Amino acid sequence: MSTTTHLSPRLTTTTAVRVLRQLRHDHRTVAMLLVLPSLLLGLLHLLWEDLPAVPGQPGTFDRVGLTMLGVFPFVVMFLVTSIAMLRERTSGTLERLLTTPLSRLDLLLGYGLAFGLAAALQAVVTVTVATTLYDLDVAGSVWLVVLIAVVDAVLGVALGLLASAFARSEFQAVQFMPVIVLPQFFLCGLLVPREQMAGWLQAISDALPLTYAVDALREVGRSAEATGTMWTDVGVVAGAAPLALALAAATLRRRTD
Amino acid sequence: MDAVAVTDLVVDRGRRRVLPGLTFTVPAGQVTGLLGPSGSGKSTLMRAVVGVQRVTSGSVTVLGAPAGSPGLRHRVGYVTQAPSVYADLTVRENARYFAALYGRSSREADAAVADVGLGDAAGRLVGDLSGGQRGRASLACALVGEPEVLVLDEPTVGLDPVLRVELWERFHALARAGTTLLVSSHVMDEAARCDRLLLLREGALLADTTPAELRADGRSDDLEEAFLNVVRASGREAVR
Repeated sequence: MSTTTHLSPRLTTTTAVRVLRQLRHDHRTVAMLLVLPSLLLGLLHLLWEDLPAVPGQPGTFDRVGLTMLGVFPFVVMFLVTSIAMLRERTSGTLERLLTTPLSRLDLLLGYGLAFGLAAALQAVVTVTVATTLYDLDVAGSVWLVVLIAVVDAVLGVALGLLASAFARSEFQAVQFMPVIVLPQFFLCGLLVPREQMAGWLQAISDALPLTYAVDALREVGRSAEATGTMWTDVGVVAGAAPLALALAAATLRRRTD
Repeated sequence: MDAVAVTDLVVDRGRRRVLPGLTFTVPAGQVTGLLGPSGSGKSTLMRAVVGVQRVTSGSVTVLGAPAGSPGLRHRVGYVTQAPSVYADLTVRENARYFAALYGRSSREADAAVADVGLGDAAGRLVGDLSGGQRGRASLACALVGEPEVLVLDEPTVGLDPVLRVELWERFHALARAGTTLLVSSHVMDEAARCDRLLLLREGALLADTTPAELRADGRSDDLEEAFLNVVRASGREAVR
């Protein structure tokens, strides 16, 4: 008899469909997922609209707004996933799932797939609104922006799943957001350019995946063609997600006290 | 043949020893009742049988394999005490999801929902149902897998008497078809409906018996009273 359960694409998909069905019954959450990033971006647009731009530099909104297209899905999906997983835990459904043929990785990948799809939809809406209503200037393809947003969201999902393993209550789960997300946001190069950071801060920044997501978006913002740097950045973020998922699977214990 | 064999099972939760060393077997194709007051270790024991309880020592074998091993997950069904179904899905969606996990069809899921008497509520969100209905929705999600061993933790709590009788009839029908059922309860009137009884008190097995034997040993036709007599007798033994 085998001692490990094997990955099953069928069970992963089934689980993703189940998660999306749960989402569909919650209309307000769906509306917020789709519209909220656009509204927040609109606020930033109004904030910087009338400020004079430095000649030869991209406007502040073009710089910050574009970055936010990567930050929003990361933050939102992190929060949504860690709460969803905590609910599985507290409602007893997680324990039940662990007695079924569903493997732990199937469950986590199912979540990644479901919220990745939701993030894709969110990114299409936000990018469309940003480039049409708010005149966000992107030199490269907007589809690359959508791609980076989705990869970012999947990273958020993976880290959310990992964080939820350490949260015993809703209060803890919510507070993991500032723990995991804010340092990445502070050090990603948006608030202070990375070249001006102290060496050790820059080293930490180098180790944080959001840094690469923000850098990838900058590359798309300033060059018409997809650059090698951008693909490397996307690769780093896309590689960090399965790493976090694997860690999440390893920390998800089948047997508990 | 025994469906479940437990040998010297010790379980600690935190610093507390919940099960101090249990040994018993559960015969296949029968309804075995796990009876005892709240806090006697019933749920912990059931979690050990389905393989989600961290055990300190001892062994739990189900259908010849260590409890919780991957090969058993198609063959063992588990219904927790609190209904563990998704409140934000309909009864039908819940049943179909668990059906898919066990490789069963949507049609079989709908049949399982009808079997627990929720056919009319199939399209309703579980969160909108009464406690008893939620429990039955949870049961349907285990029945749909047609497991060989069904572990049910207090499945009839909060159900009206008619439904309770119906469910017990269903359990016996499953046993006749070869399913092994381990059903916990803290009400002694349900003990009469079991083929075998395991009486648990403070983590220790007080008796491994049948309703008829319990009545004889406890010198009463009333199972509750017989149980009390057995408890008192074992207490006197401990004092001696």
